[in-house]
Amino acid sequence: MSEVIVITSGKGGEGKTTSTANLGAGLAKLNYNVVLVDTDIGLRNLDIVMGLENRIVYDLIDYFEGRCKLRQALIKDKRLNNLFLLPAAQTRDKTAINAEQMKKLCSELKEQFDYVLIDCPAGIEQGFKNAVAGADRAIIITTPEVSAVRDADRVIGLLEEMNLPRPKLIINRIKPAMVERGEMMNVKDILDILGIDLLGVVPEDENIVITTNRGDLVILKEGSEAGKAYSNIAKRLTGEEVPFLQLKTKYSFRESLKRIIGIRNN
Amino acid sequence: MIDFIARFFKKDKQSKDLAKERLQLVLIHDRINLPPYLLEQMKEELIGVIKRFTEIDEEALDIGIESSDRTVTLVANIPLKGEKKV
Ligand SMILES: Nc1ncnc2c1ncn2[C@@H]1O[C@H](COP(=O)(O)OP(=O)(O)OP(=O)(O)O)[C@@H](O)[C@H]1O
Ligand SMILES: [Mg+2]
Repeated sequence: MSEVIVITSGKGGEGKTTSTANLGAGLAKLNYNVVLVDTDIGLRNLDIVMGLENRIVYDLIDYFEGRCKLRQALIKDKRLNNLFLLPAAQTRDKTAINAEQMKKLCSELKEQFDYVLIDCPAGIEQGFKNAVAGADRAIIITTPEVSAVRDADRVIGLLEEMNLPRPKLIINRIKPAMVERGEMMNVKDILDILGIDLLGVVPEDENIVITTNRGDLVILKEGSEAGKAYSNIAKRLTGEEVPFLQLKTKYSFRESLKRIIGIRNN
Repeated sequence: MIDFIARFFKKDKQSKDLAKERLQLVLIHDRINLPPYLLEQMKEELIGVIKRFTEIDEEALDIGIESSDRTVTLVANIPLKGEKKV
């Protein structure tokens, strides 16, 4: 029972690549065979986020154009031996591939892997259409800001038109202190607006910047809030029920949870 | 808590509530793919059609768009006066 999951957002810079890398590692840690496909052609980043940028020989387009075998284009992760990356081409653009090729690739990868995670480029044009073409389901990432949420809604509508199951939502970069002050939309606000189910909440966490600087993954770093959030999301992807994380604030555990989720105390 | 009480009395909105309201409004138009002026036009034509058949209470009529759980619905409340036209 393999699955192809596309990670998308509409707006750029919402955390698609970071989430693809960390969820991939999370699923690999749970002993699944995982491959990550970077479809952001011309703006590839999944390789550098994972610290694998020096190992690339062939890329997605080399494979599509017959210059290498699929297995030659797959790069094995340096930490987890059941995690692989299929890098995007850097010197081409989004029109160099098409939806049919992606569909075929996804079914080939499903034969070898339990999970195929697709890192989608920003936007809703060709690159987006390629990325979602072979997907069984989608994850939407948004930050708690009006422009990001609006774009997420647009993408949810497009996925609906493509007859994919209703996507699940990751809210990224939430700042508990701002949510408490009522200066940032909370989880309930965003769920009310978008009308889809929550997959997880990832707090703003400087450990993401630090680990990414090093080509490490926050999910593999003990004790980081974002890492815990990603571990939980990875488990939820496999169908396990994991309670939602309580984000740290100056309030008590229960209180801050209520505030972030959006239940008032009165 | 004091913060909360203060806000309660000041009644100025928290910025997140404004964000939510603004989004909810704009998304209705995004989702139905109809800009506000066309929505207005549609309402007027709709009223025009009904008026061809019966008298309506134009003061009390209410046509709007509602959205819940990603389904957008045109909700019309049009009181009829029951006077025959034809
Ligand atoms: N929870 C977080 N806390 C702190 N920084 C974050 C968090 N999530 C993402 N970032 C940072 O935000 C930036 C954008 O993230 P990322 O590259 O994953 O987004 P993206 O959606 O893939 O962007 P693009 O649309 O350009 O492909 C990166 O610098 C990343 O380190
Ligand atoms: Mg990216």
